[in-house]
Amino acid sequence: MISKFQIASKNLLRKKARTVLTLVGIILSSWVLVSLLGFNRGYEKALNRDIDNMGYQVMVMAKGCPYEAATMMLQGGAGLRYIEENVAKSIETRPEVDKVTPILMQAYFDPNKGDGGGIAGYFGVDLATFPAMKPFLRFHKGGWFKEPEAAEAVMGYEAAELEQRDVGDLILVPEKNVQLKVVGILERTGTQDDGTIFVPLKTLQKISGLDKITTIGIKVKKDADITGLENALYQLPDMQVVSFSQVKQTIMKLIATARVMVLSIAVIALLIAMVGVVNTVLMSVLERKHEIGILKTMGAMPGDIFRLVWTETLILCASGGVLGIGLALGFARLSDLLVRRALPYAPGGELVAIDLRLSATTLLTIVVVGLVSGMYPAWKAGRIRPLDSIRSEA
Amino acid sequence: MSAANGIALEARDLTRIYGRGSEEVRALDGVSLQIRKGEFVSFMGPSGSGKTTLVNLLGCLENPTSGELDLAGRRIFGTGDVLGERDLTRIRRELFGYIFQNFYLIPTLTVRENVALPLAFYRKPGVEGEVESLLGLLGMEHRMNHLPGQISGGEMQRVAIARALVNRPEILLADEPTGNLDTTRTGEIGEILQQLNRSTGLTILMVTHNPDLGRLGGRHIEMRDGRACEA
Repeated sequence: MISKFQIASKNLLRKKARTVLTLVGIILSSWVLVSLLGFNRGYEKALNRDIDNMGYQVMVMAKGCPYEAATMMLQGGAGLRYIEENVAKSIETRPEVDKVTPILMQAYFDPNKGDGGGIAGYFGVDLATFPAMKPFLRFHKGGWFKEPEAAEAVMGYEAAELEQRDVGDLILVPEKNVQLKVVGILERTGTQDDGTIFVPLKTLQKISGLDKITTIGIKVKKDADITGLENALYQLPDMQVVSFSQVKQTIMKLIATARVMVLSIAVIALLIAMVGVVNTVLMSVLERKHEIGILKTMGAMPGDIFRLVWTETLILCASGGVLGIGLALGFARLSDLLVRRALPYAPGGELVAIDLRLSATTLLTIVVVGLVSGMYPAWKAGRIRPLDSIRSEA
Repeated sequence: MSAANGIALEARDLTRIYGRGSEEVRALDGVSLQIRKGEFVSFMGPSGSGKTTLVNLLGCLENPTSGELDLAGRRIFGTGDVLGERDLTRIRRELFGYIFQNFYLIPTLTVRENVALPLAFYRKPGVEGEVESLLGLLGMEHRMNHLPGQISGGEMQRVAIARALVNRPEILLADEPTGNLDTTRTGEIGEILQQLNRSTGLTILMVTHNPDLGRLGGRHIEMRDGRACEA
């Protein structure tokens, strides 16, 4: 025997080229839709992960420091402003604060780097507090420094790869001609840590002849009032506060604006595909007017014909949706690369995150929109009277 | 009148008028007739004489403008009654099988699937195995898995006959069933219809222009200007 589903699917095979073209439209629109929705989720997730991987939610530095950091990068450290180390201790006493870590950033001009030389950046970190603030850091080889004043360095994955250094090798701090032994290489994190060389704070202070720091990283207690803490920190003289939640919000606002535009385009693409579905199914109904009339002489009720034509729409939309989502999953890496090239700032990790739930939601959306679009041709088919079709043939 | 009396259908003063006002066309003008179960009736007459309109009304494909129709002892149309598409479909699937000049087979379905098609919408109890049995009866069992495009016109009409009979109708309506066939195939289809009528007692109402085919029926009704007269 034959089911209505078989009848509907075989009907679609009559005009193969038309069915394939309609399917392509649905495939492309579902590919675009699921990729954009995946990007929406993936970007936010990646940005959150990047910020969480900082280990601290708030950074305090000397006022004007960002500009001077630029100077540092260009001129090799001249004119940087510094903070007394005891500021970190006073901040640590605040009730909202879980942990603080003092950091000294230094940059030296390395004539052997690149073609015409380049800047080598060093992070002086406190062995007692920094690793505890970033417990998620994993070592590819080796481990942290043994002593707070050891002449040792830990290299980010990319820094080690660029410098071609392994654990046990020596690196030379340019300008200062101090040798440090590489004791650890971090695993790739997808963050700026990958390109950093970490040195014990005291060692870097000794190398640079300073007893100060440039930055204080602050980890806030869970459910603490971050805004209150930030306001309190703004009161510190000559200090600048950078809140990563604010940075995140600013980026997300920009992304949200772009998202609305991009989603609008995706919705338009979907609607165009659905107009294609309506056109295909309606044409097919008009071409089969006589047959539909004959089906009615066989005992098919208007509802049967409606469901038969609706099933054709369902098959088109569901198969197009599944193929489109499959392609989106298959080419997620490619979409990731394209999006990454187009964006001025892209966080590390997976940018286009398509999971089972998103795939199911997108498929459901396509099927529902498709079924709504298919209602008119199905209704029109259901209203065909057998005699009209026979007469129109005569 | 009742089915127990052996009356398949009875029409009284059936009239069908198309159009309105001055454009009015009286396609059927007060036709009354009675058809007994197991009769093979052929309706003949020139084009526009009303034979197809009469058969369409008897087959519940449309409503009459006026008049009464009883089918198998049931009043279907009383004067002024207008049945909706659902009601007409219910009657059609219970009582009728239809074959037409154009066979209307679904080109993407096999012969077996085409014959089974009505069962996807309505299945009378006890019709299991009817598809194979009818295809065997009509000599089409070797073509079961062929597509309509792979068989001849005569074979297509046999498939259409099997499809019309799969739900065991009481009456078979055939509107110019050989209109698209050559003389040899026309003869074959005529014989099949005659055999079905004789062996199964199926009531057949056939519209035809072909006098040879018309003569196969045990009763001939000549249509002229919307009126029926026994030949």
